[in-house]
Amino acid sequence: MKVIYNGSPDTRAFKDVFSVMLPKMLDEDENLIYLDADLMSCLGTAKYGKAHPDRAINCGIAEANMAGIAAGLAIAGFNPICHSFGTFASRRCYDQVFLSGGYSKNNITMIGTDPGVCAAMNGGTHMPFEDVALYRAIPGATVIDVADAAQLENVFPKLVARKGVKYLRVNRKANTLMYEAGSDFEIGKGVVLREGKDITLISAGYTLGCTMKAADALAEKGVSATVIDMFTIKPLDEALVIEWAKKTGAVVVCENHNAVGGLYSAVADCLAANCPTPVGRVAVEESFGEVGPADYLAERFGLTSEHVVSEAEKTIARK
Amino acid sequence: MNKADSYALKHFALEIRIALLEELKARGFGHIGGSLSVCDLLAVLYGKVMNYRVDDPQWPDRDKLVCSKGHAGPAVYATLALKGFFPMDQLKTLNRPGTNLPSHCDRNKTPGVDCTCGSLGQGTSQAVGIALGDKLKGRPSRTFLVVGDGEIDEGQCWEAAMFTAGKKLTNLVWIVDENKKQLDGPTEEILPQFDLRAKLEAFGFDAVRVKGNDVEALYEALTKQPGDRPIAIVMDNIKGSGVKAVEETASNHSMTVPAETWDSFIAAVKADLEALEKEGV
Ligand SMILES: Cc1ncc(C[n+]2csc(CCOP(=O)(O)OP(=O)(O)O)c2C)c(N)n1
Ligand SMILES: [Mg+2]
Repeated sequence: MKVIYNGSPDTRAFKDVFSVMLPKMLDEDENLIYLDADLMSCLGTAKYGKAHPDRAINCGIAEANMAGIAAGLAIAGFNPICHSFGTFASRRCYDQVFLSGGYSKNNITMIGTDPGVCAAMNGGTHMPFEDVALYRAIPGATVIDVADAAQLENVFPKLVARKGVKYLRVNRKANTLMYEAGSDFEIGKGVVLREGKDITLISAGYTLGCTMKAADALAEKGVSATVIDMFTIKPLDEALVIEWAKKTGAVVVCENHNAVGGLYSAVADCLAANCPTPVGRVAVEESFGEVGPADYLAERFGLTSEHVVSEAEKTIARK
Repeated sequence: MNKADSYALKHFALEIRIALLEELKARGFGHIGGSLSVCDLLAVLYGKVMNYRVDDPQWPDRDKLVCSKGHAGPAVYATLALKGFFPMDQLKTLNRPGTNLPSHCDRNKTPGVDCTCGSLGQGTSQAVGIALGDKLKGRPSRTFLVVGDGEIDEGQCWEAAMFTAGKKLTNLVWIVDENKKQLDGPTEEILPQFDLRAKLEAFGFDAVRVKGNDVEALYEALTKQPGDRPIAIVMDNIKGSGVKAVEETASNHSMTVPAETWDSFIAAVKADLEALEKEGV
């Protein structure tokens, strides 16, 4: 695993990764099966789906039905992967995923695209700020929020191989480039992107870029920050969180999600139970989504490096 | 319907299309296919069928529109602006930061929008609730519900349909836009709907199928006095209807095209408008 962050965007969009990776995985494992709810064109898999209607099944605009069908396919011996936009892959089919999936011990991988502000031009009705909270609440679930294309390529097959309900939260466009292609990751193990002694900044996915930028800005102010990529929101890398909370004495979590039930909650729960530490947050506060470009929305909901810097300063002052 | 009325509705439908295309052009992209396919319906509803007050959009006794296929918002906005619910130049703010015209219909943002939709299927039950509420309050209002033929994949639509007919909610009119395509392609390939009219009839509706661009037939169907079965209208339609180049584009759910292309779409509709005006009443 090699960090090659320099602030520039990833050269590959997640959608382009899926369009190659999913067909390859399906071709290599006859027990894998992919279901979509009329959004194959949005994941770059429509062409494959057309050619392989028995391997890639378009369920139509019926996400709850799709989740139930996936559970049935699991009973029948398949390992199903489903996709829809994050809102519909979580809220719209939650009870089916929860009961027909989790409770019934049927393994289902759900891909929820366009997390949080990444839903951009589709607006508030399509903007999931609570998908992580919902999936975290399912016993035995795995919840992953990927940072870049290299991480997706390495983590996705491992996610699909796991048992239980698995939720992948992923943009379709490119995020900030973080890792060299071919980098290796382990679910349950966060990644320390840079080391510092004054504060630990924890993020994942879309907001990792602005978190790294904030660490640079803090360094200019004489504050040295550790940055952790906690792509593995559940299982959380508790040992890593505790280690760096102890080393730096203050933590800020930045997430493209509601402050309720997401990465901030997971980190705060862990620290409350293990080593009480001041924890600040940069997250969406009591708001529904709205329409606009993602960078505008990130400003609108306060998910910027400036906010991370000021929250870090405030949290250090609470030490 | 007399000739003058028919002319006026056709004229209004073309005006809606032009305003819609200008609106989408200002942003460069948008849900064009499903917006174009409801323009004739909106012209008939807002031109001659629905009872509403432009200066009092919340008037409780008004007729309501639930555009459950909320991504057709741009067509609804064009119609509302032409009717004077808000200034025409606001159309250019579609999907801009802070706009009152988001990609999907939002009752809290746009004057004249009665229901927030966008998560497909959810408008159907809300329309049932509105119609039931109006009935319980003794209001004369009718509710017009527009559902996509892809949207109707959602089981919730059929739960709402069962309730509508089962509880004899005759103040609610179902309109299904059978434009034969959803996001990933032809409905026939993704999830065939078979005979939607017969299905709705079997669910207990008085269901008819009319051409989606036939303003006279739409008017007749929309104003038919219901007996004890609620009315359902299946619009035999074309996604992108009224702009040949869009109709002929296979993937026309949402299109991103340069300004010249938008201009060519607009010019085509303007030519239709000129021809109509030349022909006269
Ligand atoms: C619950 C839900 N799932 C998926 C989507 C994404 N989506 C938006 S429009 C659309 C296709 C709609 O097709 P149809 O209802 O036929 O509309 P039309 O052809 O009139 O545009 C899809 C899948 C959504 N908005 N809501
Ligand atoms: Mg359709």
